[in-house]
Amino acid sequence: MPLLEARDVYGGYGGMNILNGVNMTLEADQIGVIVGPNGAGKSTMLKAIFGLLVVTQGEILLRGEPIHNLPPHRLVQQGMGFVPQEHNVFPSLTVKENLQMGAFLKPGNVKRMLKQIYDFFPPLYDKRHQPAGELSGGQRQMVAMGRALMAEPSVLLLDEPTAGLSPLYMHEIFAQVKQVNSAGVGILMVEQNAKQALAIADKGFVLAAGQNRFTDTGAALLADPEVARSFLGG
Amino acid sequence: MNELVFFFNYVVVAGSVTGSIYAIGAVGVTLVFSIMRFAHFAHADMMTFGAFTVLLLTTAFPGAGAALGLPTAVVMLPLAMLLTAALAVGIDKTFYKPLRAHGVKPIVMVIASLGVTLMLQGLIRLFAGTSGESLYVDDRKEIFRLALPFEGARAPIVVTEPQVILFVLTIVCVVGLHLFLSRSRLGKAMRAMSDNPDLARASGINTNLIVAVTWVIVGALAAIAGTLLSLDVTFKPDLSFFLLLPIFAAAIVGGVGHPYGAIAGGFVVGFAETLAVFNWSVLLRPFHDNLPEWLASADSLAFVGTEYKIVVPFVLLVAILVWRPTGIFKGKVI
Repeated sequence: MPLLEARDVYGGYGGMNILNGVNMTLEADQIGVIVGPNGAGKSTMLKAIFGLLVVTQGEILLRGEPIHNLPPHRLVQQGMGFVPQEHNVFPSLTVKENLQMGAFLKPGNVKRMLKQIYDFFPPLYDKRHQPAGELSGGQRQMVAMGRALMAEPSVLLLDEPTAGLSPLYMHEIFAQVKQVNSAGVGILMVEQNAKQALAIADKGFVLAAGQNRFTDTGAALLADPEVARSFLGG
Repeated sequence: MNELVFFFNYVVVAGSVTGSIYAIGAVGVTLVFSIMRFAHFAHADMMTFGAFTVLLLTTAFPGAGAALGLPTAVVMLPLAMLLTAALAVGIDKTFYKPLRAHGVKPIVMVIASLGVTLMLQGLIRLFAGTSGESLYVDDRKEIFRLALPFEGARAPIVVTEPQVILFVLTIVCVVGLHLFLSRSRLGKAMRAMSDNPDLARASGINTNLIVAVTWVIVGALAAIAGTLLSLDVTFKPDLSFFLLLPIFAAAIVGGVGHPYGAIAGGFVVGFAETLAVFNWSVLLRPFHDNLPEWLASADSLAFVGTEYKIVVPFVLLVAILVWRPTGIFKGKVI
């Protein structure tokens, strides 16, 4: 049974559909990457999975269970984590408090998970008593991912985790995404840096106009001359 | 020396009393704002409701405090806090929650809270009448006169029992609130929701629970502030309503949505008011012979008359907002 499955999903804001039949399958140990031009519905798809917008048609399954249109806190309980692109930390809370909030539903786990997160993201340990709003963009992204991981999700949704970061930080974040994945967390992320992201992806989904244009392994999509020409800038 | 004692009694003590009440009131207002993003105008009448509950309980159980050596009103305060918290949660469920569910603009919530405040006022008047009543139903207001061990010090420092209780409870509230917000899981979740409600939901924080917890705290604090105020003077149905505007001024001066700012703002506004109406001529008396004629012969050297006291918080508010547009502590921008 796939970890996450989207079947012919339609949805959008205020009656206007942005998603016009998206299909996705992600296995438990995989990294999936959604790429595509602006306005293709990449972030919208992620939000639809996390219950932040109405799915009007089709279904989304987590380990075979339908989850579309469940409220976000229920999805967190069922093992889904979401890191929004912007405003993804609590700026006035310290790094440690940010992480604690991630485990709000599982307070018994806090101690063990904190240790694990600090192992994943060593810079956060040194900054744990600092307000998250004072961190650099890359470190803030680590706090955001760490917060979502505190709930021990089985699948983590990342919306453009490297947006606005320097190439150096971009590589670091991708390395950490791989590390998190190898710890057994399925990853589904939207990325603008399509080439670098597809390079670490098991599954790649190229969306255009709210529909799948290409779906294949990351390597195959990178090798496909048509994908390269239309979506990866030659 | 006696002039300094006079200053202590009429500025330090009086300012701390006003400041404490404004501070506790402003914390309530600021907590509602930080979680629900609207100015809660019914806060003052929640304070009155709390004090009224204490009055009712004190009348119902006279002598209950004697066993503990405290005024009965103080012994009844925890019960009144519970009842006021229940009222706050009830008001939210009945009036504010349906509006929130519709996603109305903050101004609609503000107007709704004005409606609630008028309703509360009417209800309290219906049962309490319009006259003043002392919360010391069965016991006597203790007045402590501390004579100073100095040569020539004739005037004692005067503090009343309710004032001492007020100082102690204010410290307890401030420390308790600090520990709650910085240490407890729910307190941190409150701060998280105040920072970023969407992310709080995405973290699995049950925001309805946080809203309810906020109202419980706000109701309890309102009962404390209202009761302390009525203990210091007397209970009147419109007593706290006239504090509504200075309390809002205090919350804004401190930085809206910032609990520590509200405490600071409360004391700043309280002391500013007290200093503004203080008659400075008393302090000048020892230097009488060296002063210019116009200064020495003036009997009243207050900055403003007592009848204009209400203006002081707003002058201060404008001055502070010009200096720091988000308040003393950096508050939330609406």
